[in-house]
Amino acid sequence: MDTSAVREMPGTQPHGPGMCSYIVVWGALILLTAMTVTVAGFNLQKIAIIVCLGIAAIKSTLVLFYFMHLRYEQRLVIKLLIPIVIATLAIFIGLTFSDVITR
Amino acid sequence: MNGREDARAGGRVGMWLFIATEIILFGGLFLLYSMYRLKNPADFHAGSLELNRVLGTLNTVILLTSSLTVACAIAALGNGRPKQSALFVVATIACAFGFLTVKAFEWTAKFHHGLYPNAKVLLSLSKGENLFFGLYYMMTGLHAVHVLVGIGVLSVMLIRVLRGAITPANPVYLVNSGLYWHLVDIIWIFLFPLFYLIT
Repeated sequence: MDTSAVREMPGTQPHGPGMCSYIVVWGALILLTAMTVTVAGFNLQKIAIIVCLGIAAIKSTLVLFYFMHLRYEQRLVIKLLIPIVIATLAIFIGLTFSDVITR
Repeated sequence: MNGREDARAGGRVGMWLFIATEIILFGGLFLLYSMYRLKNPADFHAGSLELNRVLGTLNTVILLTSSLTVACAIAALGNGRPKQSALFVVATIACAFGFLTVKAFEWTAKFHHGLYPNAKVLLSLSKGENLFFGLYYMMTGLHAVHVLVGIGVLSVMLIRVLRGAITPANPVYLVNSGLYWHLVDIIWIFLFPLFYLIT
């Protein structure tokens, strides 16, 4: 098959999705941006912080998984790196936060 | 073949390690922002109302689009179409310049209102608003430096693709430049709500 010939081509590994799926992901990212701007306009105070950062987390996951091919990555080292970084940041933020609010 | 794939994976691991250090770098600044925001909620509220939400949204759309074009550039190269790939790289560089142009207009407007570090107007405001604008210039400035570096890196990649130095069999430089550019996009994905949306 023609597509399998392209897929077997050396150097294109790790196999990522094609341009069509990139456009779908881009559409989702634009939609999420529209959502977050709309929610911010409602003046929801503290809920807005959670919603806006939640949407930002979803958007960056989409970029990491599809644009950066993390979903198709075969190597365990690379797969584990981002969760390790997020865990490290969570410890930094969690410990600092607990210190600041209990003072 | 296996050895080549190992070498290629090595190049990717190196790039991802660099990305990890970049996330920690900006993570530290995010932490600083969160703690100062916690201590000065009213001043940060007033500060974020000063920012132009329309321009911030426009820049978000520009950067998301540039991420799409750089991903397409790598896909086009993989499909054996270097010229199409080069066009996508040009589109990405154009988006990067567009982003910096919008940023320049934003900063110029702030400077006109006296809202820049050590300006008399800003110094007359509260400590919290000075912290907000200090962090705003530091974080968006550091991000803008990353965009500038991205323009340089992508320009070199454009020349290399056109000269045939980056081929479907040897795409590592372009792939890693793409990873860097997506990182710049991800940082902005978080900067945008923190400064422009959360009031």
